[in-house]
Amino acid sequence: MTSDLRDLYQEVILDHGRRPRNFRVLADPDRRTEGYNPLCGDRLTLYLRLDGDVIREAAFQGSGCAISTASASLLTETVVGKRTAEAEEIFRAFHALLTGAERGEGKPVSLGKLEVFSGVGEFPARVKCATLPWHTLHAALERREEPVTTE
Amino acid sequence: MRAAPDFRAAALDIAAVRGDFPALQQEVHGKPLVYLDNAATSQKPQAVIDAIVRYYTRDNANVHRGVHELSERATRAYEEARGNAQRFLGAGDAREIIFVRGATEGINLVAASFVRPRLAAGDEIVISAMEHHSNIVPWQLLCEERGALLRVAPIDDAGELILEAYERLLTPRTRLVAINHVSNTLGTVNPIAEIIALAHARDIPVLVDGAQAAPHVALDVRALDCDFYVISGHKVYAPTGIGVLYGKLAHLEAMPPYQSGGDMIRSVTFERTTFGALPAKFEAGTPHIAGAVGLGAAFDYVRKVGLAAIEAHESDVLAYATGRLQEIPGLRLIGTARRKAGVLSFILAGVHPHDIGTILDHEGIAVRAGHHCTQPLMDRFGVPATARASLAMYNTREDIDRLCTALRRVVEVFS
Repeated sequence: MTSDLRDLYQEVILDHGRRPRNFRVLADPDRRTEGYNPLCGDRLTLYLRLDGDVIREAAFQGSGCAISTASASLLTETVVGKRTAEAEEIFRAFHALLTGAERGEGKPVSLGKLEVFSGVGEFPARVKCATLPWHTLHAALERREEPVTTE
Repeated sequence: MRAAPDFRAAALDIAAVRGDFPALQQEVHGKPLVYLDNAATSQKPQAVIDAIVRYYTRDNANVHRGVHELSERATRAYEEARGNAQRFLGAGDAREIIFVRGATEGINLVAASFVRPRLAAGDEIVISAMEHHSNIVPWQLLCEERGALLRVAPIDDAGELILEAYERLLTPRTRLVAINHVSNTLGTVNPIAEIIALAHARDIPVLVDGAQAAPHVALDVRALDCDFYVISGHKVYAPTGIGVLYGKLAHLEAMPPYQSGGDMIRSVTFERTTFGALPAKFEAGTPHIAGAVGLGAAFDYVRKVGLAAIEAHESDVLAYATGRLQEIPGLRLIGTARRKAGVLSFILAGVHPHDIGTILDHEGIAVRAGHHCTQPLMDRFGVPATARASLAMYNTREDIDRLCTALRRVVEVFS
C-alpha cells in the first residue's frame, strides 16, 4: 500500500471495521437515532443510555464501509462515561480533524485513539463515512428524530 | 429509403481507438488511468471534442431562425445530427427523433404526454426488477397520481428476466411496458424483441430504456418494433445533457406537447396557440445545439469503428474479466446472465464496495461503488451495494489484469 492509503486504513481502523465493538441493539435506550447515507448505503442506528447528562452506555448496529463502521465502533468506546457536553466537544474536534474546520474557542480537546482518522482528510470522498456516526451522535444528543445524513 | 448499416466486420484496432481518447492518456495517483466506470459515463473521443470546439468557434448561432449564414449553419449541423441519430437507431423518419437531455427526460416526456392521458384508476404499468431509478420513479409518481398500479416483473438469481412471470403480468389493464434493454447494474441483455412481441400481442405499447444498450449493441428500432426508445448521449461517447427519444410517428403526432415555449409553436396569440410539427413540438426553447453536434460526431465515430467490431472486442474482454474475477478469493459476481454486455458487478467477502473503490482509485483504476441507482435490485440480491467495473470499446485485457492485481491487494489488506 502507498503511505497515504496506509494512513487511511490504519490497523486500528481495520480492526474496528472487522470487529466492531458495542455492535448490538440496546434495549430501552434513552436515545435512538439513525444515520443513513443513501448514495453509498452506509447505515447505522446509534443507541445511548443516559444517567442525567452522563452517557452510561453506547451501542450501534448497521452496515457500512470499514471507515464508517470503525468510526462508529470507536465512537461508542470513546463517549461512554463522558458528559454530553464533553461528547459534543469531541464531536466538534473530530469534525475539525477531518475537515480542517476551526475547532472553535476553548481549550483543545484530546482525541486520543480517534487521531487514527487523521488520514481520512486526504480522501475527501470518504470524510462523510467517518463523520456519519458522529453527526448521528450529535443529533441524538439534540433529541432530533429524523435520520441524519452527511452526503 | 433506408441506408444499409455499414458495420465494419474488421477487428477493432485497439491502439488506434485508445489513442482517440485524450482522457485515457493520463496518470491517476501516479499510475496510468484504467477507466472502468463507463456505465456511469464514457470518455469522449477527440472527434467529438473537435466537433464541439468547431461548432462554437465557427458556427454558433440559434437554430431555426435562419436569416443569416451562421444560423443556417447551426440549423444544418443540428438537423444533420438528427439524421445521424435516426440512422444510429434505425428509425424510419427523422421526425421520430426528439432531442432531450437524456434517457431520464425521454422517459418523463413519455410518462407525461403519452401515458398520463390514457391512465385511469386501476390501470397498470409493467416494469422489471432490474430497472434504473429513472425507469421506476416516473411511473411510480404517475401511478400514485392516477390511482394506477405498478407491476414489477421478477428476475432470477442470475439476473435474467423470468419471461413467463412477465407475460402473466400483461393484462387488459396494462397501459405500458417500460423496460431496459441492458441492465446498468447486472449487464443483462434482455430478450427485448420477445418482450415487445409479447406486449404487442395484447396491444400494449412498450418503452425501452436503451441508455446502457446504445454503446454496446447495434440498434434497430424498426426491427424491434418498440413504441419508444430512449438513450443518453454521454454513455455513448457524446457530451452530457443530450439524448434521444425515439417514438413512433403516429404516437408522437397524437401526443400533446411536454414543455411549451419558443421554437415549438406554429402561431401564438393571447387567445390561442397552435403547435409546430414534429419534432419541434417536443423541443421547446433553444436546444442543446452543441450537444447535438457532439452526439452526431459520437455516432459517426462509433459507426467508423464499427458496432460489430466493438461488440466482438467487448465480449472478449467481458469473458476474460468474468473468468479472471472469479479466481479472486471471496469475490462474487452479481449478474451472471447468459447474455451480458459491458458490466461486472461484484462484492468481496468482508470488504465494503467503497473500501474497494478507494483502494482501486489509488491504483489508478476508476470503478463505481454503490447501488448504481438500482436500490430495489440491491434488495433483490440482499446486498447494500456492489463494486462495478463497466467496459467501453477502449478497455483491454490488460485493464482487467490491473483490476485483478489491485483486487488481490484489497483482499490482502482486509483479510
